Amino acid sequence: MELHSQSGHQLLDLIKNKKTTAKEVWESLESRVRAIDTKVNAYVRKDEKREPSLKPDSQQEGKLMGLAVTIKDNICTTGMNTECCSKILKNFSPPYDATVINKLKTNAASIFNLKANMDEFAFGSSTENSAFMATRNPWDLDSVPGGSSGGSAAAVAADEAIWALGSDTGGSIRQPAAFCGVVGLKPTYGRVSRYGLIAFASSLDQIGPLTKDVEDSAILLEAIAGHDQYDSTSVDIAVPDYKKSLGSGIKSVKIGIPKEYFIEGLDPEIKKIVGEAIDQIKKLGAQVQEVSLAHTEYAVAVYYIIATAEASSNLARFDGVQYGLRVEAGKDSSAGMIEMYKKTRGSGFGQEAKRRILLGTFVLSHGYYDAYYLKALKVRTLIKQDFDHVFKELDCIITPTSPSAAFKIGEKVEDPLKMYLSDIYTISANLAGIPAISLPCGFTKKGMPVGLQILAKPFDEETIFKVAHAYEQATPWHKRKPEL
Amino acid sequence: MAIDKNSVEYVAHLARIELQSKELEKLSSQLKDILSFIDKLNRIDTARINPTSHILPISNVLRQDQSKDSLAADKALENAPKKQGDFFSVPKVIE
Amino acid sequence: MNRRHPGISENQNYNMPYEAVIGLEVHIHLKTKTKAFCGCSTEFGSPPNSQTCPICLGFPGSLPALNSQALDYAIKVGLALNCKVQEYTKFDRKHYYYPDLPKNYQISQYDLPISRDGFLDIYPQGIKKMVRIKRAHLEEDAGKLMHKEQSSLVDFNRTGIPLLEIVSEPDINTPTEAYEYLASLKSIIEYLGVSDCDMEKGSLRCDVNISIRPQGIEALGTKVELKNMNSFKGVKDALTYEIGRQIEALESGGEIIQETRLWDTVSAQSISMRTKEEAKDYRYFPEPDLPPFIISQKKIEEIKKTIPELPREKMRRFIEEYGLSEYDAAILVSNKNNADYAQERLKAWPDKNKKPVANWLIGPLTALASSNSIAISEVKITKEDFLELVDLVENKQIVSNLVGKTILVEMSSSGKSPSLIIREKNLAQVSDVESLEADVDAALKENLKSVQAYKEGKNNALMFLVGQVMKKTAGRANPKVVQEILKRRLA
Repeated sequence: MELHSQSGHQLLDLIKNKKTTAKEVWESLESRVRAIDTKVNAYVRKDEKREPSLKPDSQQEGKLMGLAVTIKDNICTTGMNTECCSKILKNFSPPYDATVINKLKTNAASIFNLKANMDEFAFGSSTENSAFMATRNPWDLDSVPGGSSGGSAAAVAADEAIWALGSDTGGSIRQPAAFCGVVGLKPTYGRVSRYGLIAFASSLDQIGPLTKDVEDSAILLEAIAGHDQYDSTSVDIAVPDYKKSLGSGIKSVKIGIPKEYFIEGLDPEIKKIVGEAIDQIKKLGAQVQEVSLAHTEYAVAVYYIIATAEASSNLARFDGVQYGLRVEAGKDSSAGMIEMYKKTRGSGFGQEAKRRILLGTFVLSHGYYDAYYLKALKVRTLIKQDFDHVFKELDCIITPTSPSAAFKIGEKVEDPLKMYLSDIYTISANLAGIPAISLPCGFTKKGMPVGLQILAKPFDEETIFKVAHAYEQATPWHKRKPEL
Repeated sequence: MAIDKNSVEYVAHLARIELQSKELEKLSSQLKDILSFIDKLNRIDTARINPTSHILPISNVLRQDQSKDSLAADKALENAPKKQGDFFSVPKVIE
Repeated sequence: MNRRHPGISENQNYNMPYEAVIGLEVHIHLKTKTKAFCGCSTEFGSPPNSQTCPICLGFPGSLPALNSQALDYAIKVGLALNCKVQEYTKFDRKHYYYPDLPKNYQISQYDLPISRDGFLDIYPQGIKKMVRIKRAHLEEDAGKLMHKEQSSLVDFNRTGIPLLEIVSEPDINTPTEAYEYLASLKSIIEYLGVSDCDMEKGSLRCDVNISIRPQGIEALGTKVELKNMNSFKGVKDALTYEIGRQIEALESGGEIIQETRLWDTVSAQSISMRTKEEAKDYRYFPEPDLPPFIISQKKIEEIKKTIPELPREKMRRFIEEYGLSEYDAAILVSNKNNADYAQERLKAWPDKNKKPVANWLIGPLTALASSNSIAISEVKITKEDFLELVDLVENKQIVSNLVGKTILVEMSSSGKSPSLIIREKNLAQVSDVESLEADVDAALKENLKSVQAYKEGKNNALMFLVGQVMKKTAGRANPKVVQEILKRRLA
């Protein structure tokens, strides 16, 4: 089997046993990218001049042994531009590395020298909002890979990456993982440092791994998790040895299936496939029961108030003063500064970015704050309480990741509201700050992957890995690859 | 709650975004739809519910008053669209 | 004498008496080593953009982390200003677009400021007046903008420096009161050691809000904001001018527009900004990147213990314990280091009457310090030597006051004790009648005109003659003895 087709833990074994080197793996990835990325478009700025020194030497000592990690374009990397796939951040070269990058380097990972495509500023569920191009789903090149971490998910699915980092604010790791048939984890809020992640919604964002299997997810999470003095919202709780959660069986695990997730709007094929996955999990010994997350129907509304409000604030800094695009008014303009702001932001932001900034600005504005923003914060409390209540008795919750499999490119991009509703199953985990994973649980008749979502209590990624791994090892899904 | 074109224009001004007239039309209509959808929140009684601004039960995160290295000026200015010496240059601001 | 209403500034003749209603908004730089949310230095005067980092530059992906010292200092000031310290406090984002504000929002505090509802007593014309403090909150400073011909230049060194914004209620009614408020505030804050409060270096900034109303009317007039004053005197002058401007406007049938005006020191006028000011919508919301802060009673007590005796208390104590006049006491306490220096010496003076020590501190020592451009606490004269000098001059009268002053100067430059200097330079006052008679006779011989004048009844001539004898003896003669000898000789 080609080096690039293997998983991270498989390659670590090969390297330890001197059957290959990190450099060879890197070169294998490079040739794979050359061979197929013109079809998939998982990566951006392929012509950019990058530091050649990013490529590892033959051998690297450390947990990740020099293996390359693919990074989403909203995570700051020195030596490579970081543009959030937006025109307004054109040519931005950060003078610092995100904490997760430093942690990867400490663990001897190498940083792949191409950034993964994304929806501009992580605004989207299809990677169609990238300023560059849309990424294609490796399972069907006319379908979307999901978003906003579509590039990361597609790269992993197409073996153009061994493993990747993405970010998840409302499902941006999990939904593309489901659409592309890979494993995507959103850690507990505060588990992984956000320092160096170009912020979308500060109270919802998390960086997480996209991988070929659950074991890789555990390895990568352990490498990037942990308290960071630079992120005041990162939590000082020890990082467990997540690999210990693998292979221990799930006989006593108590699982809840929320009834509100299995209503109209869920594709019947997905419903069936997820139902079969739940049966399989029952067979493995877990106890499954129905639960209620009563405020589920309000989650999308709450999310689109809070997330856009925070986004409108976080994106205020893109104004052409210190970095990125600057569009100046004519010399005769007396209101030069205001003109510069307006023209720069008017031409630098894409449509979805503008939509969210306007909505976010509106809900924070004088006279509307109480009715919208404050109200949303209160309903957020109710949503969190729903989960707290369930987790008093049960260990985790299982749902479909998405109400449908990957849709066609162009299908939803003109209907923002329709696009927003595709996040309906993933959004609540961000609002409640709890960890959640998506892993493959089958394929539709058309051969498109279907994702299963597992949610757990804050800082209980161990239960997620335990259940996910048990299910994965009892099924063939993670072994299938797209034909490219 | 209905949002009209004037409101969108005002909000675009607050957000310092220049919109072309076609954009303004389209965005106004889309925002109107989204806000109608969001109005479903009014169905819930939240009178006695506390807002959640911070999802984690942490507080008092502080750092010591110890100095760390600053960036060299040229590094700070590396991405500047316009600079003059070691200053960022912007259009003349009239006060 | 016409008792004018205190709100009216000097030299006016208006149709009816007016009262000025003034509120002050003071921003002080907290003297932490590093900035509020990052580890960059807060040093003043460094080369442009040399004290910045991704955090204070607001680069994408950066996050703030609060400096614990800034929080402690803020609590300290709140306590010293008799405020209630907020048990649960948080930060909020305040949004506006300006090139010196990197994130286009400022991390500030909106509805739960660190402290509120305090007061500061001022003593305009010796009568106590309470000025209520509405709130004092923490926020980060913006950068510095410099305007050139075709462009403006930005230096972000100052962004992120912790500021404490102290807002008074509009309890101030005259420019003098405003000045006193600022002086008292500065004095207290200097005592706490948390800020330099130097308006020239920008570590203290002051904006004022002022409206006027006819005396006796409760309704407030239209508020005008004044900015751009860069000294306490500037604030006083700006207010004086503005009161006059507003009164004249009203008296001539015009109206006051609610606006922001800039003080121009050169023309001594407040100038309208003329740009159409839109109502500002700051879109405050809680800062999601900073979890809230819970200030325990224990913490408050800890910080309370670090608050030294404040100027007003010290002054009272100087008056009671050392018998100083209010005037003298006020001068000594105006600066904490000086007050400590003075207190050391006053305490060690064995006599109950401390006035001689106070006089020497306020008079000759202050003069000596000024002439060397240092504070009196920086004068290098030990407590023992200083008191010895005072004793030699005032009690033992070994030397005259005049000679004593020169000895003081010598002491500070040489570090020698006064008795050593007196011995070495043979400065001991001569009171020996016999030796002085000779000098007196010589002076009389040389100043016959004065002798004549004295005999004709001009008493000034006597002092002149004393002076001549002092000259002859290089200041060492005991002037009282000289005077007696002269009177005898001229009788």
